[in-house]
Amino acid sequence: MNRTIITVVGKDAVGIIAKVCTYLAENQANILDISQTIVQEYFNMMMIVDLSKVGKSFEVLAGELADIGLSMGVQVKCQREEIFDKMHRI
Amino acid sequence: MINIYEVLETNQMIEQENLDVRTITMGISLLDCADADVDVLCRKIYDKITRLAKDLVKTGEDISKEYGIPIVNKRVSITPISLVGGAACHTPEDYVKVAHALDRAAKEVGINFLGGYSAVVSKGMTRSDELLIRSIPQALAETERICSSVNVGSTKTGINMDAVRLMGEIVLETARRTKEKDSLGCAKLVVLCNAPDDNPFMAGAFHGVSEPDAVINVGVSGPGVVKHALSQIRGASFEVLCETIKRTAFKITRVGQLVAQEASRRLGVPFGIIDLSLAPTPAVGDSVAEILEEIGLERAGAPGTTAALALLNDQVKKGGVMASSYVGGLSGAFIPVSEDQGMIDAVECGALTLEKLEAMTCVCSVGLDMIAIPGDTPATTISGIIADEAAIGMVNQKTTAVRIIPVIGKTVGDTVEFGGLLGYAPVMPVNAFGCDAFVGRVGRIPAPIHSFKN
Repeated sequence: MNRTIITVVGKDAVGIIAKVCTYLAENQANILDISQTIVQEYFNMMMIVDLSKVGKSFEVLAGELADIGLSMGVQVKCQREEIFDKMHRI
Repeated sequence: MINIYEVLETNQMIEQENLDVRTITMGISLLDCADADVDVLCRKIYDKITRLAKDLVKTGEDISKEYGIPIVNKRVSITPISLVGGAACHTPEDYVKVAHALDRAAKEVGINFLGGYSAVVSKGMTRSDELLIRSIPQALAETERICSSVNVGSTKTGINMDAVRLMGEIVLETARRTKEKDSLGCAKLVVLCNAPDDNPFMAGAFHGVSEPDAVINVGVSGPGVVKHALSQIRGASFEVLCETIKRTAFKITRVGQLVAQEASRRLGVPFGIIDLSLAPTPAVGDSVAEILEEIGLERAGAPGTTAALALLNDQVKKGGVMASSYVGGLSGAFIPVSEDQGMIDAVECGALTLEKLEAMTCVCSVGLDMIAIPGDTPATTISGIIADEAAIGMVNQKTTAVRIIPVIGKTVGDTVEFGGLLGYAPVMPVNAFGCDAFVGRVGRIPAPIHSFKN
């Protein structure tokens, strides 16, 4: 298992989740969990994704997701899960 | 499972509160490079550093991308060079040759600073130590990436006053040799007492003789995160204040621990320590002085500053210690003037003086750091300032340091621009009364009574 957190932050718009999910499906990334909230009128989404079957390198995947975000005016970030685990769990 | 609020909190720390890992520093032992021929010595040193550290910068960048956390500096610290060059270097110029080899190696591996152009002379100087010390002004003037440090005292040995006297002259000579660049050479030269062997932060980093062949040490940062957390609890009790600092320090340090373990694994070099330091940068919102203001001071330097800083320093350690398996280095709040916008503002409005800074160094790491003073300050006065700081370190069994910049051609009221992370500083006044006869005495100050613990 190669768990990564993908966050999408920005102004809400139609099709954001669809576009990110389509890209992940095309690349064999399995979505384990998905949640979203609105903070100060900003759309915040978090996905926990398993990248073990993804052929591309982490860097390429993160770059392409960031570009998809840019095309819709939102920020898409990919980070390995450990940074959050380490910080918030003892 | 991690929830969205935790993820957002982490990312807010990184994006809005300047959370970063300040440095991954690879310590490299050069003891096995010793040779009687200075050219062979230089070649061996260059080869070893470029071999061990060749992937350091790339690895740091990869980790940074994968975890989404900035890693500001990738650096190297080496065995104090006076221990390596003794057989080969017969003049200060020989040591300068070694400095150039180190500078080339640093450039080749892509790091911005390499620390360890150093001597540990807390009790006495060998001939090699003295040659190295005398080569420092030229070495710092002719190189770009080399940092130098001299340890002049310790709780166990007392203070080597001959080295203190010499370092006053060396600091001033370094300032003269780099006067076209606002005496920038002095920003890369630090005089220490009780210097740790595993400090990852420049300019005082070196790889002590108690260390293995190579090691990864990591320095964390995050004054902005602490300040933000404290801004949420204004007016709360000391208990709540301390608890908030501890929790925040824990979170910051855990990120450092993760980065250190990853870097160690990927580079195949053992993990040494995490340095739990609050290291400010000139960026607004990344300031230790602003934390002190958030604790309740009108400005850093106001009465209460030393107590607030003591509290901050202690809580950072208490929170950080549990977050890391090994803690070392300097581990405390840094209070450099030029690298901290809140400190600069405090000096400029008259709230913070050199004397108050000295008091603050009694309760935090590290010492009088990045302070610009008039260029006409006598060498003996600089030695006096060094002796005072060393005495604070010796008696309190802590690391202290002096990194002051006598800016040639400038005086009180002027401002000095060092650029980048080194920031800018107003020139501060120095007590004009002399200490020539005190500094002129030869020998050393004996170790304090409480150092005899055996």
